[in-house]
Amino acid sequence: MYRINVLKTLTFLIFAITVSVNAANIPDEVNSAEQESPVKNLKTEIKEYINHHLLDSYDFTLYSYTNDAGEHKYIGFPLPVILIDNGLKVFSSSKFHHGEAVAEADGQFYALYHNKIYKTDALGTINYNEEHHATNEKPLDFSITKNVVFIILVGLFMLLIFSRMANSYKNNPMPKGIGRIFEPLILFIRNDIAIPNIGEKHYRKYMSYLLTVFFFIWIINLLGLTPLGVNVTNNIAVTLALALVTYFITTFSGNKNYWKHIFWMPGVPWPMKIILAPIELLGTVIKPFSLMIRLYANITAGHIVLMSIIGLMFIFKNWIGSPLSFGLAFALSLLELLVAALQAYIFTMLSALYFGSAVEEHDHH
Amino acid sequence: MDKLIEQFSLGLFFWQLILFVALVLLLKKFAWKPILNAVNDREEGILKALESAENARKEMQNLTADNERILKEARIERDAMLKEAREMKDSIITEAKGEAHAQATKVIEQAKATIESEKHAAIAEIKNQVAELSLEIAEKVMRSELSDKNKQIKLVEEMLKEVKL
Repeated sequence: MYRINVLKTLTFLIFAITVSVNAANIPDEVNSAEQESPVKNLKTEIKEYINHHLLDSYDFTLYSYTNDAGEHKYIGFPLPVILIDNGLKVFSSSKFHHGEAVAEADGQFYALYHNKIYKTDALGTINYNEEHHATNEKPLDFSITKNVVFIILVGLFMLLIFSRMANSYKNNPMPKGIGRIFEPLILFIRNDIAIPNIGEKHYRKYMSYLLTVFFFIWIINLLGLTPLGVNVTNNIAVTLALALVTYFITTFSGNKNYWKHIFWMPGVPWPMKIILAPIELLGTVIKPFSLMIRLYANITAGHIVLMSIIGLMFIFKNWIGSPLSFGLAFALSLLELLVAALQAYIFTMLSALYFGSAVEEHDHH
Repeated sequence: MDKLIEQFSLGLFFWQLILFVALVLLLKKFAWKPILNAVNDREEGILKALESAENARKEMQNLTADNERILKEARIERDAMLKEAREMKDSIITEAKGEAHAQATKVIEQAKATIESEKHAAIAEIKNQVAELSLEIAEKVMRSELSDKNKQIKLVEEMLKEVKL
């Protein structure tokens, strides 16, 4: 009983902090802009801030502010930048000075522009085309960015939690501690996702992936709601990687029946078979593609809307605006908490469904 | 769409793929397998325990039924034995009675026969004695009678009279 209370309090605190600190993130940058410019600029600034938040970053910044002297101060620490450009180049992201300086490594110069690393000269010149896109060469970039750090942290966290949970079963048939929370979820994934979709016979070999993907997406989505500024699942690269794994598992576990249904659909006249084959083949790609877009779009939309509502606080600077914005942001945070779990569930569920179709054995045709 | 492609980060994709696959493999080895095995074992254990409890219950029921059956059988047997004993007693009594009766009859019969034979013997004895006595008397009478000639003729005549031809 005590534990549950603590959990409730914690959850509430996280909400409160999410809302308040996300709000606190904005003002310093905004305030300075707002002193000399009208509301329109404030809106642009909020928009830019949101866009900036949605991007990955090369250093681990918790928050930034502008001090009295008008300098930007960043609270956080730099991360390693790893580039492959005529050999491996590794240097600290502090060399960029948050995009304000040109970094030099082994005689090559690199500059940050819109959170991307471009090759440049000693002065940091960026060339643009007509559409105002940078035309400078981009090096192959394998930097440990903020998102990568969080992926590693979540991975370590999961390893720690679940291996401890596994150990607790060794001398006790019932789960202990945190396992009590996770065991029903694991059983839910097994009994309500894996077994009904894949079937009693084959489900075992997919359990590891389904469990990992569910908890990974869920935990990282939840982290996205904290004021740490994590936004891993709203990167198309991340969702692509996840969807790709689902795609490969589906493709490689497809049995004769699965491929037969794709290339030579039984039970339809032969001209239809020829028409259906490319459609079905395309379908195998579209399915994981929809997984990728769904997760990306849901989480991105959530972040944008939540931050926009918080941004409203600085546009309506009166006694109605702020509480309204706070209330809305609070309600939306609750909704996002649901979305975080829901998206993890949908991704897992649909992956299981695709695996199920790949190993399904039709006897009735 | 342009923006999406522009935003796409190969590095992030690479790290996510590598780290995620590593995470799946590590968790599989250190967490999911032991956890799922433990849960499966537990579920099977529970099923088995339930089954054996059910079996024990059935066995118990069988045992109770057995006990009752045995008790019933014993009761029936006892009743049968009692009945048999009663019957035996009755038959023994009847037999004894019959035998006693037969014996008594026999004894009586024997006694009767003995009496009869004794009676006959006695009568025969008496007859003999009477005959002897009669003969002696007759002899004595004859002696006395035949001493007189007249009397002898008279007697022969009388006897001849009696004989009818």
